[in-house]
Amino acid sequence: MFDNEQLLEVLEKMWTIRKFEEKAAELFTRGIVRGSLHTSVGQEAVAVGVNYALNKDDYIQTTHRGHGHVIAKGADIKIVMAELCGKATGYNKGKGGSMHVANLDMGILGANGIVGGGNPVATGAAFSAQYRGTKQVAVSFFGDGASNQGTFHESINLAAGWNLPIIYVNENNQFAISTPFKTVSKTKDIADRAIGYGIEGVIVDGMDFFDVYEKTAKAVEKARNGGGPTLLECKTYRFVPHSKADREVYRTKEEVNEWKKRCPIKQIEKLLIDNGTITEKAARELESKVKQNVLDATEYALNSPEPSLDELTKDVYFEVVE
Amino acid sequence: MRKIKYVDALNEALREEMLKDENVFIIGEDIGKNGGVFGVTKNLWEEFGDKRVRNTPISEAGFIGCGLGAAVTGLRPVVELMYQDFALVAMDQIVNQVAKIRYMFGGKAKVPMVIRMQGGAGAGDAAQHSQSIEVFFAHVPGLKVVIPSTAYDAKGLLKASIREDNPVIFIEHQMLYATEGQVPEEEYEIELGKADVKKEGKDVTVVSWSYQLHYVLQAAEELMQEGISVEVIDPRTIKPLDIDTILKSIEKTGKLLIVHQACKTGGYAGEIIAQVVEKGFYNLDAPVKRLGAHDTPVPYNESLEKAQFPSVEEIKEAIRELCSE
Repeated sequence: MFDNEQLLEVLEKMWTIRKFEEKAAELFTRGIVRGSLHTSVGQEAVAVGVNYALNKDDYIQTTHRGHGHVIAKGADIKIVMAELCGKATGYNKGKGGSMHVANLDMGILGANGIVGGGNPVATGAAFSAQYRGTKQVAVSFFGDGASNQGTFHESINLAAGWNLPIIYVNENNQFAISTPFKTVSKTKDIADRAIGYGIEGVIVDGMDFFDVYEKTAKAVEKARNGGGPTLLECKTYRFVPHSKADREVYRTKEEVNEWKKRCPIKQIEKLLIDNGTITEKAARELESKVKQNVLDATEYALNSPEPSLDELTKDVYFEVVE
Repeated sequence: MRKIKYVDALNEALREEMLKDENVFIIGEDIGKNGGVFGVTKNLWEEFGDKRVRNTPISEAGFIGCGLGAAVTGLRPVVELMYQDFALVAMDQIVNQVAKIRYMFGGKAKVPMVIRMQGGAGAGDAAQHSQSIEVFFAHVPGLKVVIPSTAYDAKGLLKASIREDNPVIFIEHQMLYATEGQVPEEEYEIELGKADVKKEGKDVTVVSWSYQLHYVLQAAEELMQEGISVEVIDPRTIKPLDIDTILKSIEKTGKLLIVHQACKTGGYAGEIIAQVVEKGFYNLDAPVKRLGAHDTPVPYNESLEKAQFPSVEEIKEAIRELCSE
């Protein structure tokens, strides 16, 4: 299904997200990125696999842990990094930051700081596509935490009732900050919740790019052809703390290390080395190249101008300029 | 000029804007074949069908967010909340999403969306179906708040709200739906942010809106017999607020009373008074007054309900007191 060149592209994209996140975390530690920062290290296969199945004009909306999703959708890491640094050159002119990165021109309806807040919005984008008859689809990324919010249930029920072209992509990294999903719900698999709404729920190996891609592509095709919504549950794991002030008392080092053995990046890399597409040396060179790209993006962000203070009161309302 | 009901004026505004722009659609609870529980969307489903007049499940947060997603992707949703009180179920979507998305995105999103609702006491609907919470919305940057008191204003303001490229909270009143007013057959709209002097006078300025404004008009009428001339101003939109019209009136009268059906503490009268004090203090020749509902939930019993918000007598008394200063 994929030729080796495409897989190299996939590998590069996943490395880009990983290196971007690591750099962002460093900038956060240095106090350059303010507020809160949530990185998606370990969850790259979900971001890249889902977006690989989408067209450019399809919509995504994402969560507070959304850098990977927007980068996978095509956002420029320079401009995302500038946004994280609060610069005028960022996608949101420095007014949104990490939790609100958006670019409507790319169908990126934004990250969202409210857990579960984005599901209704993505549902509306799917409604809009159906209304306009465009054949676009919408993807709503949300976590296991958000699957316990009312908005998830309201959205999925509404989308099912109206047969909207949307894929609800649950990224189940198993912890709502420190609260294991299994301690606050009797639902074994979040995918099962689809049954209650009369739609298909699919369990996905969120550490495996191929599984994510294939199951998403199937759901996208169904949605595009009028088959309505699907719920995908991508079982995944974040290799890093939730955000600041997370002492990770809720999981063991052994558990983290077990999951790290299934690193989605290493899986693709190994495949490409084993099948002779690249050598170990070329793999390291690719990693270095990506690292350099992220350094360049960081340089761009750090050297970008701050927004001017008159930006403070702009953009609250749309105003017609005469 | 012909006279029509407030409810029918709203219906006409919806219909005309839907005919004019195919991106305008309405969603909400029971708005389809049922025509809305107050009849505002009567016959629209028959004319425009399911695509553009869409019944929703009882999921206020879900369908308000759905409206937002549609708005940022090119449509012009008019979302109906049956009761203003139900907005409270969906405050995250209204306050954190709808109101902020444009600013958070650095001005790269447009949200042409109207959230219609009706609220206020008078019909015996008790505490969870009678609130006046316009001030909640007025406090939030990014929202405009429209609150018409007459059929003419209702139609012209709803048309302007649908054409507006910002989210508008449009607050109707259950007790006004059946009231009649002069509404021209021909096309018109009323610019948001422009107050209307509902009655000219020279002794005292009274600011009020929605259903409560009609109590003020009655009080003003009755006080004429006592030789008191009351100027009545209806801001029509409380955000943006046309403070200039109010200040201009105070230049003439030197006295200000504000009356609203919302609870007195933290009510919008406080904001208007603050602006008047900041910008027109030296034109005041008496302390300002405000009347609002008692700081209680709205009671069910008719006598208690009537006693909860300002009566015509209380308004008259407050005006007399002002004039004796």
